Order: sequence, then C-alpha cells, then structure tokens
Amino acid sequence: MIEAIRARVAEKLKELDGVIGLRRSPEGVAPYLFHTEEELAELVLEPRYPMSSVVRLLQKRHPAARFGVVARGCDVRALVEMAKRNQVDPERLYIIGFTCTAEEAEACHCADPAPNVTGWPQAEVIGTPVAAGSPNPMVAEYAQMPRAERWAFWQQQFKKCIKCYGCRNICPVCFCESCALEDPLWVEPGVMAPPFPMYHMIKAMHMSNRCVACRQCELTCPAHIPLTVLYDLIRQDVENLMGYVPGADLEALPPVPLTLADAPIDLDVE
Amino acid sequence: MDYKNVRTTCIYCGCGCTLNVQVADGEVVGILPCPEHPISRGSLCIKGWNAAEFATHPDRLRVPLIRREGGFEEASWEEALALVAERLGAIRDDSGPDSIGFFTSAKCTNEENYLLQKLARAVIKTNNVDHCARL
Ligand code: SF4
Ligand code: SF4
Repeated sequence: MIEAIRARVAEKLKELDGVIGLRRSPEGVAPYLFHTEEELAELVLEPRYPMSSVVRLLQKRHPAARFGVVARGCDVRALVEMAKRNQVDPERLYIIGFTCTAEEAEACHCADPAPNVTGWPQAEVIGTPVAAGSPNPMVAEYAQMPRAERWAFWQQQFKKCIKCYGCRNICPVCFCESCALEDPLWVEPGVMAPPFPMYHMIKAMHMSNRCVACRQCELTCPAHIPLTVLYDLIRQDVENLMGYVPGADLEALPPVPLTLADAPIDLDVE
Repeated sequence: MDYKNVRTTCIYCGCGCTLNVQVADGEVVGILPCPEHPISRGSLCIKGWNAAEFATHPDRLRVPLIRREGGFEEASWEEALALVAERLGAIRDDSGPDSIGFFTSAKCTNEENYLLQKLARAVIKTNNVDHCARL
C-alpha cells in the first residue's frame, strides 16, 4: 500500500506545487509538505493528524497554489465539510485517498473506513475498502440510561475537563477565527471546570451538522472524556431527522444554513 | 512554499510534553500535539496548545534589560552578565554568601537547573536554592 501511494505521489508531484502528507523524520511523524520524489521514502500513513486543517492553512497562505493531500476516509469527509464552508478549495486540491486497515476501522469504531471522493473534482483512492468497525458499545449503553442518569453521567464526565480547548483545536472541521467558547457572553471566563453544559454543548451544537466521526477530539482529550458518545448520538439524530450525513456528499447542503443568504429570514428589515 | 513540523519540548512547566511546532515558510504558525510521545500521548494543556503565540509575541524579551534611572533599557549580553557578576560578587563580599538566593524554574531544562545550583553552591557558596515547582 505505502509503495503504491508513494509512486502516485511521485507522479503527482510533477504537476502540483507540493503534496501534504505525514513524514517520518528522525524526530518522529508529523504533517509535511512534500516537494521532491527523494523525500517520499519518509512518507508514512500514521498516526492520524487533522490533515484538512493543514490543507486549509496552506491553501490560505498560497491562494494560487495547487496542492495534493494523502488522506484517509475521515480526512476526506473533513475536507468535504471544509469545502462546503469555503475553507478548502476543491479546485486546487488533488486527493490521494487510501483505505484504512481492518484493525484501524475497529479501533476507531469507524462506520466508513474508505475515502468517499465522489464529486471531488480531482481524486483517486488506493486500496481495497474493509468492513466497518463495530459501533462504540458506550453509545448503546448510554442510550439505555434514563434521562436523569444521562445528565449525571455528563456532569461527572465534564467535571474532569481542564478547558484545554484541545477538542476544538484538533477538530478537522473547526475553523472559526472568533470562537463562541472564548466569548465571555457565552462561557463565563475563569471557571474551572468550564461551565456545564454551556462550554461542551456549544461545541456539540456547532458540530451537529459537520462532525465527521474522526474521533480525534476524544483521542486528544487529556481528561479522557468520551466526547464521541455525545457526537455519535447527535450524528444519529441529524441523519434520522434531517437525512444529513456530514462528509458523505460534496453537493449535499447541511441542514443549518451556511450563509446569511441561505437563511429563511428577511434581511431587509429596517 | 515550505511547511513542516519541528518537534520540541514544551517550556511551560516541568511535565515535558512534546509539541509539534508548525512552521510555514519559516514562520511559526501553530502547534499540534504529538500522539507518539510517551508522556503527552497526543494531549496538551491550554498553554502548550498556545505555545506558538507566546513564541512570537511582541512582548517577548529578546535582549537583556538593565534597570537604570529612567526604567528598563536594552543591553548587550556581555554588559548584562558583567553587571550581574559584579553585583553578585559585591553583595557576597559585603554581606556574605547566604545573603543571596537562587530561584530556578520548571521552564528550564534539568541541565540548566543543575547549572544554576552549581553556580549557587560552587561559586557563590550558598545552599539557598529553590525552584518554582515547590511553590
Ligand atoms: S469526532 Fe470530534 S474532532 Fe472529529 S469531527 Fe467530530 S467533533 Fe471534530
Ligand atoms: S479536550 Fe477534554 S479537557 Fe480539553 S477542553 Fe476538550 S473536553 Fe475539556
């Protein structure tokens, strides 16, 4: 797999301004902008990083550049949601997608471990899709709890929060320059653990129509709060009630308006 | 058109989390945590996550400052070190070595902390050494 990917990246480097991928240097693995074929011996596929955020950063710095990205399923879903919100320009991004292994799919409880590049202007996928991982058993367990118990469960969990903002920072579909979580109007400053439910519910609501179930928030949480139990259930509701699956289709519009022009309100009021 | 991550150790406290400092075209643009690191294991606290901001903050001290009549003034390292050596030597000679205390910091490396206590004990000859991690 990795050799096939390196070969394709080498090919695409001839026509692109660089390819974003993970590089194993003597220091360790981290995102990198590859320029030459020689460097590709160091291209690797794990651990996971928020690749869509790196794409966004580099596209914004270089508004005319055409990049490629080596991306797994959740990276592609995140790129799709970023593109819908004008944070990533699909016309300037070639996706070299690759399928996750069965072990990875299981470890992530991933429902969709292969990149879905339908509709992306220029993309390819390397590898054979594996079956979905089994669903997170905590979600079913939680869904059985009576309402009062659920409240107590989250109170208990969010008491551990150290307000590092890591769940927001790592999220591959989170990008606002000014964040409600830093606005004293919404989240009272200087309170530790951060006010429950405001801090976490604002994040959850903002994610409701774009969480791509990458699980990076949960992995980065120093307090080991099972954040994706919450996000999985919200995703289920958004899918069941509104028929929307984030990251599945570049053309599908999310149920929440993306611009004021889409909003069902009269903007001409005096 | 370059982008890479430079791996370093967070200087904020004594835990020693690893940071990936994102560098684009020579400019520090952000921080990523490091999932491979055995201590921080892909997590950071709010200070580590924001290390890119203080690294490039305009208020960051880049040259030594010496307090003179009108307030702090920028100085060269040679001048600053010479002044510190002269004043510490004079205070030790006038008032004895135990009139001086040395405070080290969790923001320094083990080796830097070692060197400071060495200076205290071997040069000034006092055991007045303390560390902010004890506060
Ligand atoms: S799983 Fe967490 S980090 Fe990933 S998209 Fe959803 S909210 Fe963001
Ligand atoms: S990553 Fe965990 S500890 Fe940090 S703000 Fe999010 S929930 Fe709180």
